[in-house]
Amino acid sequence: MKVSANFDNKTLYLYPIGELDHHGAKKAMVTIESRIDLSLPRECILDMRHVTFMDSSGIAVILKTMRLVNEAGGRLTVENVPAQAMRVIDAAGIDRIVQISALTKE
Amino acid sequence: MKEINAVTLKFLSRSANEGFARASAAAFAAQLDPTLDELGDIKTAVSEAVTNCIVHAYPDSIGVITMKMRIFEDNSLEITVKDSGVGIPDIEQALTPLFTTGGDDRSGMGFTIMDSFMDKLKVKSVQGRGTSVTMRRRISVRAGRK
Repeated sequence: MKVSANFDNKTLYLYPIGELDHHGAKKAMVTIESRIDLSLPRECILDMRHVTFMDSSGIAVILKTMRLVNEAGGRLTVENVPAQAMRVIDAAGIDRIVQISALTKE
Repeated sequence: MKEINAVTLKFLSRSANEGFARASAAAFAAQLDPTLDELGDIKTAVSEAVTNCIVHAYPDSIGVITMKMRIFEDNSLEITVKDSGVGIPDIEQALTPLFTTGGDDRSGMGFTIMDSFMDKLKVKSVQGRGTSVTMRRRISVRAGRK
């Protein structure tokens, strides 16, 4: 799975693209980890608008990203989560520990 | 309960097949005319079951996963995902939310998601012989259909 990223004004934007399952998560995490190491962001936005499917592997990606960002002294926000991925996040209950917002149709 | 249709798939425990299993389940379930939400739930549950086989049943080898899908006359779908892997030593523990033996790459939420997205979940396992997970979901009949 491809993750595009850009760093602007101490904020790292991460955009995973495609299916975030166990297969995709392995590749996504390599990119995410190296981008956080490189930029040590104050704020990190994990933007999920291009995620076409997510299962519990995505929960592990969100939690691991949060841990890496926190260790670098920053804060993670998860934004633009599509409906299917939101149902998985709701079932896992991680909205209590990380700030998450749903994708709203334009 | 009368069975209307059935299909059995066998595939190798390669992670590239997670997407194949989800797409196959969605294609088979489509004849029940599910909503997008129902289809999403079925795909997610299948993804969790198949990922468990790949990560846990065959940790250091490639094995065979059998996925059997059946449709019944009450508009319900039953999916069984079976492996011949290492088995689960303690099923109750495996079903506990956040419990995982997979380190921080895994969330420990797989069975919790299968349980909450499907109507019924049954797990059978024999150590050294394998595991079978059977899930059932009834698809609501929508207005305008017979």
